[in-house]
Amino acid sequence: MLSDTDWSAIRLTVELAGVTTALLLILGTPIAWWLARTRSAWKGAVGAIVALPIVLPPTVIGFYLLVAMGPQGPVGRLTESLGLGTLPFTFAGLVVASVIYSLPFVVQPIQNAFEAIGERPLEVAATLRASPLDTFFSVVLPLARPGYLTATVLGFAHTVGEFGVVLMIGGNIPDKTRVVSVQIYDHVEAMDYAAAHGLAAGMVAFSFLVLLLLYTLNPTGRRA
Amino acid sequence: MKFPFKRCMATVWATLFIGPVYAADVQVAVAANFTAPMQKIAADFEQATGHRARLAFGATGKFYAQIKNGAPFEVLLAADDDTPARLEKEGLAVAGSRFTYSIGQLALWSARPGYVDGKGEVLKQGAFDHLALANPRLAPYGGAAVETMNKLGVLSALQPKFVQGENIAQTFQFVSTGNAELGFVALSQVVEDGKLKRGSAWVVPAGLHAPIRQDAVILVRGKANPAALALMKYLKEDRARAIIRAYGYQY
Repeated sequence: MLSDTDWSAIRLTVELAGVTTALLLILGTPIAWWLARTRSAWKGAVGAIVALPIVLPPTVIGFYLLVAMGPQGPVGRLTESLGLGTLPFTFAGLVVASVIYSLPFVVQPIQNAFEAIGERPLEVAATLRASPLDTFFSVVLPLARPGYLTATVLGFAHTVGEFGVVLMIGGNIPDKTRVVSVQIYDHVEAMDYAAAHGLAAGMVAFSFLVLLLLYTLNPTGRRA
Repeated sequence: MKFPFKRCMATVWATLFIGPVYAADVQVAVAANFTAPMQKIAADFEQATGHRARLAFGATGKFYAQIKNGAPFEVLLAADDDTPARLEKEGLAVAGSRFTYSIGQLALWSARPGYVDGKGEVLKQGAFDHLALANPRLAPYGGAAVETMNKLGVLSALQPKFVQGENIAQTFQFVSTGNAELGFVALSQVVEDGKLKRGSAWVVPAGLHAPIRQDAVILVRGKANPAALALMKYLKEDRARAIIRAYGYQY
């Protein structure tokens, strides 16, 4: 029922979501930690910036990324001077865009988990002469596990569900930037509804299963 | 001097009551490549007839799907001649209302001056990373671009460099932001009053691809709308045709 190009789109989508989620867990942890602990006046501003992709239309993100990452844009000049070329129409470009787009879905659950731990376990660990790093890995991370589960699932699923940004900076290249959502759009526009149904129904089933998994394993951590 | 109150009031009444009786709105779905000329034509049309054309721009394939599913469009200005014919056959368009309002002109364009030469040799040299074109599966301009490259014998060499826009407007966006060094766009997007607006271009000779016939048709929802009929008539008039030609189309 699914064609070779459909499978290639599925493979690419899983790869993109996987790489993006891994990067976001690494990048998101220090940001979430800082947001959870700081008393800085900047907390509000940084929190707002992290949350921006939730409210911005994908067209705004896609448009600015296309311009910023182009050869005349600041990011494009930087990547070109580093010998990396420009990012639109590349897999790396999609990863950068997806990291920005899915950032709040990873940072916020981790931040909530960190906040829920409170001061007390950290103080206890300190009196037992645990170093801050030791405390983080042996106390904070295990306690924040539900938050990490939510962050991983939401980050992955949200990247799989990405469409507008990819459409605007991807260029629809097979095996490089043609993800499932774009492939479905192509099928629909080409009036090949049978092919569109195959992939679209798969997306519905996947999204349902992912959320079911999240709500079953993690009944308290469901909210970001 | 006495203020001509009565005469003024007469004008006010006329605008308020007589105007709306004759002037109507018409919902028009317009192929993305025809955006610029249609905006001008619609403004002139309103001035000339009092009717107002409300325009939506996009890919013809998308409009087809929307019309089939009950979109409230009354006139379609397509990017091809297949879609209007198909709509007519399916009973979604008014039989006999179809005509070719323009023949599209394909151009190879770069935002950089001097990048594209007057003969399209740049395609054979292939010294670029990205060549933008409209998705040939969805857009007639994309199909014409593929046909052209095929005739020139460069298709398989250039295929790995393709970046595809969902429609011709997005293709233009890829090239105009410099993300693709060059691309196949509609000449109407890069010329105004017969002159190239910026960058460099090669107007693809008509012999390299089948003509891009763009047909207009009245949809069943617009059957009884005087504004729809007036717009179809207006598109054939000299004033509209002068605008169409200034953007590089033929008819």
